[in-house]
Amino acid sequence: MTGRARDDEGADAVDEAEQLIEVDGVEKVFTVRRRAGRLRRVREEVRAVDGISFRVARGEMVGYIGPNGAGKSTTIKMLTGILVPSGGRLRVAGIDPAQQRTRLARRIGVVFGQRTTLWWDLPLKDSYELVRRMYRIPDAAYRAHLERCVELLDLAPLLDVPVRQLSLGQRMRGDIAAALLPDPEVLYLDEPTIGLDVVSKAKVRGFLREVNAERGTTVLLTTHDLTDIEQLCRRVMVIDHGRLVYDGGLDGLRAAGGGERTLVVDLERELPPIEGVPGARTVRVDGPRQWLAFPASQSAAPLVAAVAAGYPLVDLSVREPDIESLIAELYAGGGMRADAAGAGGKDGRAL
Amino acid sequence: MWYAAVAAGSFRRYATYQMATVAGVFTNTVFGFIVAFTYLALWHERPHLGGYDQAQALTFVWTGQALLATAALMGGGLDELQERIRSGDIAVDLYRPADLQLWWLSADLGRAGLQLLGRGVVPMAVGALAFPLALPGDPLTWGCFLLSVLCGVVVSFALRYLVALASFWLLDGSGLALISGLAGMFFSGMLLPLRVFPGGLGEVAQLLPWAAVLQTPADVLVGALRGGALVRGLVFQAAWAVGLLALGRLVQSAATRKVVVHGG
Repeated sequence: MTGRARDDEGADAVDEAEQLIEVDGVEKVFTVRRRAGRLRRVREEVRAVDGISFRVARGEMVGYIGPNGAGKSTTIKMLTGILVPSGGRLRVAGIDPAQQRTRLARRIGVVFGQRTTLWWDLPLKDSYELVRRMYRIPDAAYRAHLERCVELLDLAPLLDVPVRQLSLGQRMRGDIAAALLPDPEVLYLDEPTIGLDVVSKAKVRGFLREVNAERGTTVLLTTHDLTDIEQLCRRVMVIDHGRLVYDGGLDGLRAAGGGERTLVVDLERELPPIEGVPGARTVRVDGPRQWLAFPASQSAAPLVAAVAAGYPLVDLSVREPDIESLIAELYAGGGMRADAAGAGGKDGRAL
Repeated sequence: MWYAAVAAGSFRRYATYQMATVAGVFTNTVFGFIVAFTYLALWHERPHLGGYDQAQALTFVWTGQALLATAALMGGGLDELQERIRSGDIAVDLYRPADLQLWWLSADLGRAGLQLLGRGVVPMAVGALAFPLALPGDPLTWGCFLLSVLCGVVVSFALRYLVALASFWLLDGSGLALISGLAGMFFSGMLLPLRVFPGGLGEVAQLLPWAAVLQTPADVLVGALRGGALVRGLVFQAAWAVGLLALGRLVQSAATRKVVVHGG
């Protein structure tokens, strides 16, 4: 693939370290039968993953993002071996996942934000005891890992609580700990902070950073929350329509997309579009609320000061560009069609 | 085998449903009395129906009540599996270094163990106090009975596992579960011992897998199967257990291919 951005610093580091995940021209084609008319059925080929290649070095933390249906889950399912690729070559820790799924399962951890593997009606610690036996974790290692998880994820008061009584954030922390008890080499996280409050999100992110730094666990993170990526990953891969459209740093992604942030201000009353704020332009007015777009690289503080000086400001918020609009801009910037990611435009959704 | 930990966990889990167990004991006991009185009337009119004397017939009734929950004769026990398939949570289970069928078999054996103790022993004891039952005096027959119950639970699991796996193809598996529960009630001998059924129906019913779930264990307990017949009964159960578990594995591998296509 040409035109694929990649920051040099990252590439150098990758070349030196051991490649834990190797993906070469992997594709996955599903045959779907679709109704066409009353009786007729048409066979259709859906290319969920359309020839992607990448490498992830041991100890890397990589964000894997893309709009819904882009092929993220399909990629992860192939990497974990529950889905056999239609073509290409795939290795995780030297193992062909589809061939040796159970053997690989002992060396990887998987967390799905909306699904749980914990034992519903039993205390949290019972699920951990089962993990210990399922993964045959030596006693000393188990105690050490559990102690660390309990400390960093604040699980001590929860160990004796039946899982059904845990809040979403508590359960999520419980699930992440369960995935990390066997000390996996690779951790796949699918939306690990979805639906969590700010405190829980911070706790989960802090923990993942620690694990990555201390144990050298390789992490592949799927998310819609750009803050997850910003705080955890130096490298981002963007997939859309089954193709890798970007692989590099987050800043590079912003630059490639020419990302703009949005300052949303609530004024005391309905007024004509705000003017005279350097670096910003008013893109939308709706009653007393106005939207001002400004370059992502610029600080919001002088803008706020300028608006507050000239207008009766009641409330304000800053919105980051979301992944969908970044991708849309990426397409537009690269001369590709932007229809793929939807016309999200500059009107970024709050993260 | 760490799967024993799954069974133990499942046992403890069902032990937390104390109210459900108490309610179940009450229901099983009440129904035991109703069916026992019906059988008394029937055997009064037709003594030695199906080759059972009155005491054997009454023992059959209370064995049925004792095994109703244990062998999940009316279905159930795998509701969680069905729900995980419906919601898609089953995909996460595939990421673990565990075999799906063995996992759920272990969990079901744990459940059955708790329910044999919780919902089996009390109704049987009440029945024995209220009616003259033909319970065996020698430990060997009791041992054979327990072995036969174990085989019965495995056959029952294998059937219910197939029903649950059908949820991969059906949008709502509850209709099939209902039909299979009714079939279980009828063909296991829960309503009436299968030997009582006349002609071809009775003979065919005794060869179906549901017969291995209740009819065989009950026959072992009341002493209708002895010596060579007892061994043949256990072999009959084991054959269905192995056959249906193997079929379950085939369906499971087809289902796993399916789940990964749909799970998003």
